[in-house]
Amino acid sequence: MSTTSLTPKLNSGSVQAIPLGAIAPWAIFGLLLAIVGIYFVGAEQGATALFKGMYVHEFVHDARHLLGFPCH
Amino acid sequence: MVGNLLIRGMIVGVLAGLLAFVFAYVFGEPWVDWAIGFEGKMDAMKGMAEEPELVSRGVQSTFGLLTGVIVMGAALGGIFSIAYAFALGRLGRLSAPGTAVVVAVACFVTFVLVPQIKFPANPPSIGNPDTIVARTGLYFTMLGTSVLIAILCTMLARSWSQRHSAWLSTLMGIALYAVLMGIAMKALPTVDEVPDGFAANALWHFRLASIGIGAVIWGTLGIAFGYIAERYPLAVESTAH
Repeated sequence: MSTTSLTPKLNSGSVQAIPLGAIAPWAIFGLLLAIVGIYFVGAEQGATALFKGMYVHEFVHDARHLLGFPCH
Repeated sequence: MVGNLLIRGMIVGVLAGLLAFVFAYVFGEPWVDWAIGFEGKMDAMKGMAEEPELVSRGVQSTFGLLTGVIVMGAALGGIFSIAYAFALGRLGRLSAPGTAVVVAVACFVTFVLVPQIKFPANPPSIGNPDTIVARTGLYFTMLGTSVLIAILCTMLARSWSQRHSAWLSTLMGIALYAVLMGIAMKALPTVDEVPDGFAANALWHFRLASIGIGAVIWGTLGIAFGYIAERYPLAVESTAH
């Protein structure tokens, strides 16, 4: 996303945009956190596994199916 | 500042996960149970022994489901707050709550509706265990493609809005997303592993419940996050004079 396309016309009297440089580090941190969460709910001990066994898979089994991830 | 938005997003995401749990338990679980019953009957007919239960059905359908949807809710809440941080003040004259709702609707379409049209949710007993790696890869490819194309179309629509009306630019952006996703759906292979005899009605209700869970999560994120932005605005969310 380029900041050059921001025109004063778009912003007058409305909310100010947050500078991209201020978002970037939080965006990376937040996305990493989200990916870890989604991985454990959606894919661990299914297509790939960090831990041995099937406990994580079986524990979140219903959530995995109902959230639409391929389960088994 | 953006860190505060991220924390807000994740907290609202936990709330979204709680509501999604209630929805999933009421509208989704009966069909999970039905599918497990079907699987048991099929296994019995083939003379296969019942699979040993590592986690009981009672735990899977309550604490397991709750944990899964809350973790998912918090994760999606985090993603939502970052998308919102980018969108705030960049979508024409939309207010903070208006931005929250528009971002939530866009995320629902991008993360849930469109990927699930191509690769719908499947209850237990559907899906060949031998193809789980390929199916997981395809699902995340579809999800990633949808997100990337949505970001691209949003950026294009914003640049078009310099010369055309906001309305026309938005429609053109949505149309481009639809066309590109149509091409992606045609390009990716189709997966159909529904076993013979699986009730079409049960499959329909299960898949609808899955889309409903997505609607509850993103709907809660948009509305609750927007409400908080309106009621307790951070400095970045107040209207410039």
